[in-house]
Amino acid sequence: MAENKQALTADKPANERESADVEMGQYVFDRTRANDDKIEADEKILAEFGNGYNYGWHDSDAAGQAAKKGIDENVVREISADKHEPEWMLDLRLKGFQAFLEKPMPQWGVDLSGFDAQDFKYYVKPMDHQAKSWSDLPPDIKNTYDRLGIPEAEKQRLVAGVAAQYESEVIYNSIREELASQGVIFCDTDTAVQKYPDLVKKYFNTVVRYNDNKFAALNTAAWSGGSFVYVPKGVHVTIPLQAYFRINTENMGQFERTLIIADEGSYVHYVEGCTAPLYSTDSLHAAVVEIIVEPHARVRYTTVQNWSNNVYNLVTQRAYVKEGGTMEWVDGNIGSKASMKYPACILAGEYAKASTLSLSFAGSGQYQDTGAKMIHLAPHTSSTIVSKSISKGGGRSSYRGLVKIPKGAFDAHSSVSCDALLVDEFSRSDTYPHVDVREDEVTMSHEATVSKVSQDQLFYLQQRGIEEREAMGMIVRGFVEPISRELPMEYALELNRLVELQMEASVG
Amino acid sequence: MAEVATNVSEQHTLEIRGLRAGVQTKEGRKEILKGVDLTIHTGEVHAIMGPNGSGKSTLAYTLAGHPKYEVDGGEVLLDGQDLLKMKPYERARAGLFLAMQYPVEVPGVSMTNFLRTAVTEVQGSAPSLRQWVEELSTEMKRLRMDPKFAQRSVNEGFSGGEKKRAEVLQMELLKPKFTIMDETDSGLDVDALRIVSEGVNHAKDVNHFGVMLITHYTRILRYIHPDFVHVFADGHFVRAGGPELADELEESGYDQYLPEGVSESAQA
Repeated sequence: MAENKQALTADKPANERESADVEMGQYVFDRTRANDDKIEADEKILAEFGNGYNYGWHDSDAAGQAAKKGIDENVVREISADKHEPEWMLDLRLKGFQAFLEKPMPQWGVDLSGFDAQDFKYYVKPMDHQAKSWSDLPPDIKNTYDRLGIPEAEKQRLVAGVAAQYESEVIYNSIREELASQGVIFCDTDTAVQKYPDLVKKYFNTVVRYNDNKFAALNTAAWSGGSFVYVPKGVHVTIPLQAYFRINTENMGQFERTLIIADEGSYVHYVEGCTAPLYSTDSLHAAVVEIIVEPHARVRYTTVQNWSNNVYNLVTQRAYVKEGGTMEWVDGNIGSKASMKYPACILAGEYAKASTLSLSFAGSGQYQDTGAKMIHLAPHTSSTIVSKSISKGGGRSSYRGLVKIPKGAFDAHSSVSCDALLVDEFSRSDTYPHVDVREDEVTMSHEATVSKVSQDQLFYLQQRGIEEREAMGMIVRGFVEPISRELPMEYALELNRLVELQMEASVG
Repeated sequence: MAEVATNVSEQHTLEIRGLRAGVQTKEGRKEILKGVDLTIHTGEVHAIMGPNGSGKSTLAYTLAGHPKYEVDGGEVLLDGQDLLKMKPYERARAGLFLAMQYPVEVPGVSMTNFLRTAVTEVQGSAPSLRQWVEELSTEMKRLRMDPKFAQRSVNEGFSGGEKKRAEVLQMELLKPKFTIMDETDSGLDVDALRIVSEGVNHAKDVNHFGVMLITHYTRILRYIHPDFVHVFADGHFVRAGGPELADELEESGYDQYLPEGVSESAQA
């Protein structure tokens, strides 16, 4: 399949290849050139397919409209040149692109038969420079973030720093002064390449290699934006850092690249949220997240992903955890058309600990293939996976997980628990647990349950005066509770609200 | 029996007339209730006794509106309002409470959240927090329930006795006009039976509801004294009497009420 793509690119007529050479300046656009007809057409799509999705609007879209689709080596070089990157990064991108071409499409997990890498726009730069304040943003972009409540959260000091990525670029990034003065770095990864080249070069591409999998390779080739976080030794960032990812244009490919380094004994909680407009054609989100947990540090990474139902969400997230370090993934996958996402931890040092709490919700037309990987490479390491999924309206969710304990990782502990909730008769849930243990002296447990919202549960709650819809909501909220209680309050509320919206779409 | 009802409480009537209902089974449709007639007034306790499989529980679930049971005819009037036209939650709000034989587990939903939501829905407004906390703790104490109970998920991991106490707690808090108890005594040891029965008696004294007490055994009737005893067999009432009828059944069993050639032991 990949070979075909390559052939297509090579066969392109000369004039098309020329157009690929146009200066990147063309991607910066006068945003007033909104196309009203298009907005109107999309309103119709929203009305037709919206089905309770509250984030389906989009802004005027000159930059996205003008951006071309598809990827080839020139596009990769252009992105790098536009970012004035050092040679080593360009080389890495090109290696990534080559690996992308060579790697086969996954033949497992979600259905990618309709996926064509040439269908997406790889680099859409909505603004020339990052905004210094929210008011510097073009009015409709600012309006979008206002509707998402991001500036408000910052104002209320619910977060210690904010990054807002819009299409390919982080258009706003802030961090509290007291953290910055302690040496905490929180900026977009492009800026980090320029400002902190040594740190980036030391860690980038070390946890997720450029050729790790097809989509990590694509990300390495085309990455733009994402967060770079460095927390110095012993510094505790007690309030979360928040990143918000927004896709605006149609057929967007968003490839953020996040790199988090928690130095010895430090702590940080990074939270990301994602939304996109509804379109009748697909977008792609293929992120890579690399996390380095130095000895005795602790990192928590929380995702509340609510992409619209036309987004492929193919994400590689992995943490490398050293001695006595702790990594926690809290992963809520509510949206997207198809997700493949298995946050992973490599427990490389003794007494390293890791947990993944994941929740996925597969509604009508959605396929959530999610899970976790825990690789125990040292003695006395422990890991916990709690995976919960809800399927309704014919949606499909799968748990796919790997626990690996090779010889020598004695006294390792691992526990896996997967609960699937089916809301109706025609939805589907599967479990694909993979356990590879080569050491005798370990404890390993795995349990999986599939339950249905039963007529009896609904009847019981209704017999106590609770309406059917609210009864269903209570049952689902109860199921989600072990995950939502791990989220900061406002995200827990958000998660509950999202789940409820999804449920309403099914009842209504 | 009319003197049981006091003049301080409102008078309510639950009338069941010619109720017929059935279920879909793998072998096709099965008729279970074959014309049930019964009238209950505020303050009365009606014990419904009968052999296994006679349709007692079906009667309870049909009255409360469980979707598994399809009504074929008849009516059920609560103060003249036809319950059969209402959804299950509307029946609950109209004042009908069903204490279930097998209360259902709802993981992740705390008892306290569930109880407060239910009380709010049935009463139409949320009770003030202070009053609520006080009432809940008083009633839980009465039923000898550990305060930690309120934080546990609804019925999850509860012992048989705990589940039944939780049902009685709900009966107390929701203040229904009529209570159906579906084999509440099953699976209870002597102490639990006494505590649960005392709870029901207290709730009844305070709230003056009418009770339909479905049971297989006479044991619970030593604690909750019935005003009427009805024998239910093959989908309808076959005999009615006073409390003395219960003693007679204890002696003679239900065989005499079963169709020819079927004995109680054979049915079970």
